[in-house]
Amino acid sequence: MSKSNETKYAIELKGITKTFGSVVANNNINLTIKYGEILALLGENGSGKTTLMNMLSGIYYPDNGTISVAGEEVAISSPTEAIDFGIGMIHQHFKLVEVLNAMDNIVLGTKEKYLKPKELKDKIQNISSKFGLEVEPEKKIYNMSVSEKQTVEILKVLYRGAQILILDEPTAVLTPQEIEKLFAILRKMKEQGSAIIIITHKLNEVMAISDRVSILRKGELIDTVATKETNEKQLTELMVGRPVSLKIERPEIEKKHTVLNVVDLSVMNDDGTYALRNVNFKLKSGEILGVAGIAGSGQKELCESIAGLMKVKEGAVLCNKENIIGKTPDEIINLGISMSFVPEDRLGMGLVGSMGMVENMMLKSYKNNKGFFIDKKPSRKLSEELKKKLEIVTPNVETPVRMMSGGNVQKVLLGREIESNPNVLITAYPVRGLDINSSYVIYDLLNEQKKKGVAILFIGEDLDVLLELSDRIMVLCHGEVKGIVDAKSTSKEEIGLMMTGKSMEGVDQDE
Amino acid sequence: MSEKMKRTKEPLIRTVKIAERSKRETMKLRVIAFAMALLAGGLFILLIGFSPIELYGTIISGAFRSKMAIQATVKFMIPLLISSLGVTLAFKMRFWNIGAEGQIIMGAICSSYFALFHSDWPHALLLAAMFAAGFVGGGLWGLLPAYFKSKFETNETLFTLMLNYIALHIISFLRDGPWKDPGSSGFPKIARFEANAQIDKVLGVQFGWIIAILLVIVVYVYLKYTKHGYEISVVGESQSTAKYAGMNVKKIILRTMILSGGIAGITGMIQSAGSDMTLASSVAGGVGFTAIIVAWLANLNPVSILWVSFLFSVLEKGSSVMQSTYGISTYSAAVLQGIILFFILGCEFFIRYRFIVRGKGGVRQ
Repeated sequence: MSKSNETKYAIELKGITKTFGSVVANNNINLTIKYGEILALLGENGSGKTTLMNMLSGIYYPDNGTISVAGEEVAISSPTEAIDFGIGMIHQHFKLVEVLNAMDNIVLGTKEKYLKPKELKDKIQNISSKFGLEVEPEKKIYNMSVSEKQTVEILKVLYRGAQILILDEPTAVLTPQEIEKLFAILRKMKEQGSAIIIITHKLNEVMAISDRVSILRKGELIDTVATKETNEKQLTELMVGRPVSLKIERPEIEKKHTVLNVVDLSVMNDDGTYALRNVNFKLKSGEILGVAGIAGSGQKELCESIAGLMKVKEGAVLCNKENIIGKTPDEIINLGISMSFVPEDRLGMGLVGSMGMVENMMLKSYKNNKGFFIDKKPSRKLSEELKKKLEIVTPNVETPVRMMSGGNVQKVLLGREIESNPNVLITAYPVRGLDINSSYVIYDLLNEQKKKGVAILFIGEDLDVLLELSDRIMVLCHGEVKGIVDAKSTSKEEIGLMMTGKSMEGVDQDE
Repeated sequence: MSEKMKRTKEPLIRTVKIAERSKRETMKLRVIAFAMALLAGGLFILLIGFSPIELYGTIISGAFRSKMAIQATVKFMIPLLISSLGVTLAFKMRFWNIGAEGQIIMGAICSSYFALFHSDWPHALLLAAMFAAGFVGGGLWGLLPAYFKSKFETNETLFTLMLNYIALHIISFLRDGPWKDPGSSGFPKIARFEANAQIDKVLGVQFGWIIAILLVIVVYVYLKYTKHGYEISVVGESQSTAKYAGMNVKKIILRTMILSGGIAGITGMIQSAGSDMTLASSVAGGVGFTAIIVAWLANLNPVSILWVSFLFSVLEKGSSVMQSTYGISTYSAAVLQGIILFFILGCEFFIRYRFIVRGKGGVRQ
């Protein structure tokens, strides 16, 4: 890149419009970003952030408007071309080959001449040190932590000469300490003259890292403000379009009794390592027990072993003194234990994508109807009620749920679980990828259940939310419980440390 | 870098996957595909020196020109329709049952046992026993791969395919050995069924056509309105979802494959006792494979299967008349059928993908 770039915009979007059938995803968007600047892109689900970024990275082609890179008007028709223009996108879900090492992943797909491993290693280390990245070039991906994998992803685009980086929710899977490290890297890149666009839902991160913030709402660019001159409250208002309270309630419930008692629960992975090791905890009625941990620390195994979907090696799960290990999922559902796990792809195993709301509502209850035939009437009624109550946006209750947006899918899933009047509600990542508005609807739903005396196990990603919503927080690391702490008295740093393996004396290991 | 910065153009045409097309659009595409198939087929007919309009006319009139022609068309249709319904059950569950051929044969063998050795039973009882035996024979032949699949995760595609050949050779074994017709003066064949063991005719065609139409309704209702049908759809979409919902996935797979194979087995019974009047090694004659095409063309919808198998039978009967009338070789008729299939199956691509011409923008993936 020549020096003259400093006077030009790295990217200039003029009048970008993109429609999908009758839906206007982006309407007349004007956006600029300079070299040496970090721009945060803020907006609710469906506000058009992803569409806009997909046009920059060559996945979509705009209907109208022009894209200029470094002052020159360009047409980007594929991700390969995007990288030729120096635009690199780091997706939320890593696109790495697990069995290869970092070096191989970095050069994979580049058309340059084969470099000797030693030269390649030097080259990668040069780039790493330039931006303050820490990576072991010969480490296999499957041995890496989430944060290390992300570093490889960043190196991948830097190696290809990207000057413009787009990061799609990069912090969702990181611990607080790792987020700090990532931000340090981004700041360093900024100093070196890179232009960075970061998509995130978390306002505190926007405030911490960005220079300017662009807010999208319903496909329109609402405003671009300098971060220094704004605050979280104003940003939320711009994003949602009306004032919103950012406080999550935590109602206090008297009279608690233990509903679920997990004793020495151990679960093995396929490769013979422990997925869960001697997990002990008690879940009480009328409380939300938050579970914190880096992705893949045993959260999925914990959910699935309580729901009867996973083979347990040792230990017991007592539900009102009755051991449920060894029972079929069917019997466990009948005990009033309900599990809703929202995986990365949103649909996962809780919902059937090709079916509408009506048929999804009866997924667990269809057997209750006597006789040979199914009765869709109750679930149709339930679907209509839920649609109204939770403001689910769908053309009608028969539309396949996979056509619905992520937030609405999650409302359908959680709505069904709650309507089954459970005693124990296990919910994993219920607000995954949701915007502020939908997230608060979900928190309210959970609190409503808590007030009814339901015992809730809440597995979350966002520590701020866990701290505000939960009564107690259990921290998992490599399948072990590192401690159970009182959410009111602990701190984000303390939990962050426990997530990476430091044990704490739990406030209530046992009473 | 500067060299790379040169302006590039959007490619002239690119393909994009579409999430969903409306039923109307899909129908329109299929009709267009059919029209184009006729056009291309017409070109082929011209090339071999005949008039396309005349030949197409012969196909249609060949299938419908007389009462007997219509009866023959229906006779083609019965086994195709029933076995398509059978494989549909398995396919809905994403269980790739390509063993309908073998299941038809096993159904035919089991029912033939009663036809050959208990032909003195009262007519109604005998037919009921043959019907049940056909269902059981096909059902067990379908259960076998399902059991191994649910127990040992074997590949059902290979398993069902291989069972076809075993079934075929069982017929040969019976024909050359234990069930050989003593009155056939050395020529290996199985005896013709006695009249008592033959399926009666209704409106000039064996009453298998009534069973076929009843099965269309039964399978439609079963898939759409029963708990079993619901379970099949969920298992087909995702086994882990089914387990999560508390369904017994193994049981569902076994049960559905008994039904799928059983319905194919009924085909065997009806074909042997209603059309062939004996157990011939050609009892399935490729119907089990054609059924797979029919089921998918009809999008696994039982009512559509009725129409698609009807069209297939018209083509089959009509082209046999065309062959004899014009002396066209059998292979030319096969080429014509191939062309029509090619277009109709090819149109599926356009249902799932669309082309975007430069400058016309993109579409949601």
